[in-house]
Amino acid sequence: MALRQSIGRRVRVTILAWVVAFLIFFPILWTFLTSFKSELDAIAMPPKFLFFNWTLENYFEVQARSNYLRFASNSIILSVGANVVGLLIAVPAAWSMAFAPGKRTKDLLMWMLSTKMMPAVGVLVPIYLLFRDLHLLDSLIGIGLVLLLLNLPLLIWMLYTYFKEIPVDILEAARMDGASLLNEILYVLTPMAVPGIASTMLLAIILSWNEAFWTLNLTTSNAAPLTAFIASYSAPEGFFWAKLSAASTLAIAPILILGWFSQKQLVRGLTFGAVK
Amino acid sequence: MGSIQLKSVEKAFGAVKVINGVDLNVENGEFAVFVGPSGCGKSTLLRLVAGLEDVTAGQVLIDGRDMTNVGPAQRGLAMVFQSYALYPHMSVRGNIAFALKMAGQKADVIDQKVRKAAATLNLTDYLDRKPRQLSGGQRQRVAIGRAIVREPKAFLFDEPLSNLDAALRVQMRVEIGELHNALATTMIYVTHDQVEAMTMADKIVVLDRGSVAQVGSPLELYNRPNGLFVAGFIGSPTMNLIKGASAAKRGAMTIGIRPEHTDISTSAGEWPAKVRLAEHLGSDTFVHAEAGGIGPLTLRLEGEAALKPGQDIFVTPREAHLHRFDKDGRRIA
Repeated sequence: MALRQSIGRRVRVTILAWVVAFLIFFPILWTFLTSFKSELDAIAMPPKFLFFNWTLENYFEVQARSNYLRFASNSIILSVGANVVGLLIAVPAAWSMAFAPGKRTKDLLMWMLSTKMMPAVGVLVPIYLLFRDLHLLDSLIGIGLVLLLLNLPLLIWMLYTYFKEIPVDILEAARMDGASLLNEILYVLTPMAVPGIASTMLLAIILSWNEAFWTLNLTTSNAAPLTAFIASYSAPEGFFWAKLSAASTLAIAPILILGWFSQKQLVRGLTFGAVK
Repeated sequence: MGSIQLKSVEKAFGAVKVINGVDLNVENGEFAVFVGPSGCGKSTLLRLVAGLEDVTAGQVLIDGRDMTNVGPAQRGLAMVFQSYALYPHMSVRGNIAFALKMAGQKADVIDQKVRKAAATLNLTDYLDRKPRQLSGGQRQRVAIGRAIVREPKAFLFDEPLSNLDAALRVQMRVEIGELHNALATTMIYVTHDQVEAMTMADKIVVLDRGSVAQVGSPLELYNRPNGLFVAGFIGSPTMNLIKGASAAKRGAMTIGIRPEHTDISTSAGEWPAKVRLAEHLGSDTFVHAEAGGIGPLTLRLEGEAALKPGQDIFVTPREAHLHRFDKDGRRIA
């Protein structure tokens, strides 16, 4: 009797899990399917799910209208570049907070986190004016700097929690073995923290890839990443849903694929600090 | 050369004073053991010698040179940690070679030294394994190998055997002792286990709440403890400490007698007592008895003793081995 109950319950829970997963995935699936429809099919009522004339015309038009590859390469350069530089700053910062904390370290960590709580729009005007005067508008360096500073608190916090999991006596053993601070970080700390660093970087890259507010406001053409690419498909006349779907699919495909292949790492990284 | 001197060394963590003015000399080639109960400051003192903590006051001298403000990497010492602290991402070879790599030595020299250390410690077959693939005893050997290969002025051991099972602990104790004889290098060894202290040390430093209670050879501490703390700490089972009339008639506030320095009789003796429990170890029998007006007594008899709980006995201390302590707990000569 108990066995049968458990099987029944398991079946119900599994079905529920699949339903929830489908609901969460549905917007992405719908976007993907819509990108292969004609504009008429895209706005058809009742909505057409799978049975319509599949076409690739939207993808061709999107590529003809704007250079997808340039936007994509900007996204890659900005997401990866800004966060690699961020990592170079965050690793020593997190080291000092984890292994050589002072009286004010906790306050510093809280203050850094608090900067993420402020609405970005509050500083849009001053940043814009600064960028204008420093000739940083629509430049990779400029927007890269903003993305770096946006993610730095996250990078430092996440690395700080990973570093605190590392037994201090292994680092002390390295010191006794004659390692300088740089060698200690390079040869002992970093290799041991690789899973944590990898998942921190993945998360930071995903956040930078999706960052829309600053990329839309501070770039126009040269430094514009894929967020601007998608935004360019919203016209005063209304949305061209099929083309917009094609543009969106092209914009999220790279990061979706990256996330799929690194999901184990991501999950491990995000839950690592939770269990002692 | 590897003599170590501590001059009026103090250490405080914020307002909490952990080490109170310690003066100590460890001669070149000596095996010194820091022993004491948990929280007495023995590990802290070792870390001050190593340079892993900074002193609040006082000086640390190595071979007569002031190393107080010198970092751990430059002191020329090697440390074996309680948790072994092996680098988990490096093989045994990598772990042992790391210090030599940091010193910038040539690859062939490193290889030769690593092989030699591995051979000394029976690790040759494990050189390519990672620490997680080793047993506790093997990891301990790698930690020691990592220390040996540096040819340091002195070795520092921080309770290295406390994570091992009893049999392995005895074996490693002997191996470390043999290592000391072979290398003739100064060793400072921290333990809370006074059996390790007694069996391994040339000199024992007993620490009590951040201060040195007594320094001396194992037998000196055993036979002539300078106070109640050392008397009660050194020796297992602990010394019987008796106050009251028996002490007063011998001109002391407290007298002490070791369990093996008593005579037991079923007919006559100074202290009548009742047996509570007899522990039969085969080689010895430990008898726990309750003496009226005296308190609990632990007695040690060689071999097998046919004493049963509830039995009445008489205990007489051997006067030649009696220890006397004054009202401040200090030894009366």
